[in-house]
Amino acid sequence: MSQKIDLDHGRFRQIIRGKIKQNLRKYISQGEMIAKKGKNMVSIPLPSVDIPHFKHGDKQQGGVGQGEGNVGDSLGGDGDQAPGKGEAGDRPGDHLLDIEVSLQELAEIMGEELELPRIQPKGTEKIVAWKDKYSGIRTTGPESLRHFRRTYKQAIRRQIAMGTYDAKNPVIVPIRDDKRYRSWRSEPLPQSNAVIIYMMDVSGSMGDEQKEIVRIESFWIDTWLQSQYHGVISRYIIHDAMAKEVDRDTFFRTRESGGTMISSAYKLCAKMISDEYPSELWNIYPFHFSDGDNWSVDDTHTCVDLLKKDVLPYVNLFCYGQVESPYGSGQFIKDLTEHFDEDERVVTSEIKGKDAIMDSIKEFLGKGR
Amino acid sequence: MSAIKRFPAYLRDVQEEIEGYAKNFGLDFFPIIYEVLDYKTMNEVAAYGGFPTRYPHWRFGMDYEQLAKSYEWGLSKIYEMVINTNPAYAYLLEGNSLVDQKIVMAHVCAHVDFFKNNYFFSKTNRKMIDGMANHAARVRRHMARHGQDVVEDFIDTCLSLENLIDPMSAYIVRAPKAKPEEDDNDPKDHSGRLRAKGYMESFINPPEYLEKQRKKREEEAKRQKRRFPEQPQRDVMQFLIEHAPLDHWQTDVLEIVRDEAYYFAPQAMTKIMNEGWASYWHSRILTEKALTAAEIIDYADANSGVMATSPGRLNPYKLGVELFRNIEERWNRGQYGKEWDECDSMDQKRHWDRRTGLGRKRLFEVRRLYNDITFIDEFFTLEFCVDQKFYAFGFSERSGNWEIMSREFKKVKDQLLRMLTNRGQPVIVVEDGNFENRSELLLRHIHEGTDLDTAQARDTLRNTAKLWTRPVSLLTKIEGKGKLLRCEDGNLSERSADYP
Repeated sequence: MSQKIDLDHGRFRQIIRGKIKQNLRKYISQGEMIAKKGKNMVSIPLPSVDIPHFKHGDKQQGGVGQGEGNVGDSLGGDGDQAPGKGEAGDRPGDHLLDIEVSLQELAEIMGEELELPRIQPKGTEKIVAWKDKYSGIRTTGPESLRHFRRTYKQAIRRQIAMGTYDAKNPVIVPIRDDKRYRSWRSEPLPQSNAVIIYMMDVSGSMGDEQKEIVRIESFWIDTWLQSQYHGVISRYIIHDAMAKEVDRDTFFRTRESGGTMISSAYKLCAKMISDEYPSELWNIYPFHFSDGDNWSVDDTHTCVDLLKKDVLPYVNLFCYGQVESPYGSGQFIKDLTEHFDEDERVVTSEIKGKDAIMDSIKEFLGKGR
Repeated sequence: MSAIKRFPAYLRDVQEEIEGYAKNFGLDFFPIIYEVLDYKTMNEVAAYGGFPTRYPHWRFGMDYEQLAKSYEWGLSKIYEMVINTNPAYAYLLEGNSLVDQKIVMAHVCAHVDFFKNNYFFSKTNRKMIDGMANHAARVRRHMARHGQDVVEDFIDTCLSLENLIDPMSAYIVRAPKAKPEEDDNDPKDHSGRLRAKGYMESFINPPEYLEKQRKKREEEAKRQKRRFPEQPQRDVMQFLIEHAPLDHWQTDVLEIVRDEAYYFAPQAMTKIMNEGWASYWHSRILTEKALTAAEIIDYADANSGVMATSPGRLNPYKLGVELFRNIEERWNRGQYGKEWDECDSMDQKRHWDRRTGLGRKRLFEVRRLYNDITFIDEFFTLEFCVDQKFYAFGFSERSGNWEIMSREFKKVKDQLLRMLTNRGQPVIVVEDGNFENRSELLLRHIHEGTDLDTAQARDTLRNTAKLWTRPVSLLTKIEGKGKLLRCEDGNLSERSADYP
């Protein structure tokens, strides 16, 4: 049922959206500000949507309370929050407003702000699963699906129409024609058909700050792609001189030392694609983050070959993000640009720091592939 | 609204019964119309301040979201709501137990009695439901004409100043405006001439002296004339309505916001009394009359929830009801007047009983004539303060905590009165509408020991400047030093200034 308040509530949500959009850069660069709540909601602390008034400063004001306690006893609560003043708990306190926003909405806001184009998925029509849903009633069917209530309703209707119903002795006997059965319809259930393969260099030169950047960036990429496809699978590969698949948690935490052979990761990625994700059915997004240091020029050549033959023909987009680090030489991005400058399936981006995350996301996703 | 359930017959019986008891106790109220609401509608109505229709504004949506959240999380629920109209409308929450509904009804009777009889409600619009609906229609019309965003932005600006009103102004009987003829009096008539015998005249009142006097007076008169407003004006909103260069629709919106602020002001001025009065009567009506034996425990449970105190929080229900009970007892036992005031012996005071039996009469007098400030000022006594274990708390810079500062009677009472002064809002007046002769606006914060929240003050100043369209300054004290905040074209500056 619609209520009058829905309009005002809608207005309020709209204002919130505007605020989030305004501050999006800040939220994106400070990944911690967003606490995930539940499966599909995030909670964003939003400063002051309220209307300013001339009012007393809190800390000088003090108040009056009632109850036990000695002079000098603390009233509890942390120092920043003033205890209620003057009124019983019939008003919410003045704190930051925690606004809950669904990931879907967040992705939309980001899309609007970064002007990201919608992605044209490939091959969606072919890949749907079918799900049965009970949605109607029919006159034939197995007894196990008999709709008791509807059957008796039909029976009483018939009896009244025939004049055999006696209100004083309400015996209702359904006959064959009265029986009603649940019927189902098969609905196409869009199946998850996008996979993001994250690869990250975890060699000694990637520090905590670099990983933080990768984490924030991948959160937003995830959010965006989730909003574009029904269900997105994420896979994680870490590599130094060797590559292996790990879970999300390990992906962001692991720090190894040792050399870097990027080709190892690309090999694994190519294998994953050829084994599990046939490209005619899947939208494939490999993302690779590194500080741009590779072991040898030879290995870089191997990488380029691998990309050309075994990766690029199958993917929607290959993204390479180079996180600036004090140790890395930053050579790899140059090599990639040299070989793939013309190829629009390859996007490279240099991420200079947290503030650059947003621009980098725009570079990656701005093509709408 | 289809969400309003038909008022069930069994509740109508309860209403009749409770109102019968209330009338026998001497309560005198407007007819009350109850509506049973589900929690969603209840939250909606609560977000609208108890009214079914308000002008469209996002703030109501925000309040609704907060109410709905805290209901869903089980943090709070709204038991009752009643609005000051004739007939009074009150809302019951669907699904509350019968005991709860009885408490609410008894409580509501006393609230409505208070609305009807308390002096500070005597000038409120008792047809405010229509008033609010009219406001809504007017605002909608402005929105249709000028665009929703424009009007909503403007409402934001007006709401920012909604506490800058003078709730007492309706009750002040002012002398009729001085007639302008007086100003035209010939200055020669009383020219500052000192009394002198004829032959001394030229010595005592030499022409230069007379000339000087005349000039001085003229200047004085000029200064008086230039002063605008003549006296500092507390009703800042009214001043802006009269003098700010606003469009018609803007003036209309500002008037609407001001009107509603005045409507709600008496409730803020009598919160403690109003809730105390209602709690006093729900407890008497229920425990003496309306409860069955089986309901006592449930009643006690609900009542204790309402009366609960927690550290650092003043419960107006508790303070109010205890104070009313204290008054009744004191006037029943004759504990008032000169003799009582002058009695020094605690022991004698404790056993003081003159059997005057005036308690009930005094209660009704108090509910008619007092507001929270006068109520506390007169009846919050040393004995009461000690009995009820009141303390004053404050923020201790040393420990970084909120702490109990004192249990001293004088300090507690001072603190309490300060909190209630001007409904807990800072007093801001229009000092000068032609500041520095540049048609700028000068506001002054009457500093009474508490600084303003500067961040909010800046934003509010910005909003004031939007209305005034010329620069606006605010004279205040921050950490003991006079400061002049000034907003010009949205830019804020701050400089030291003399704070007289």
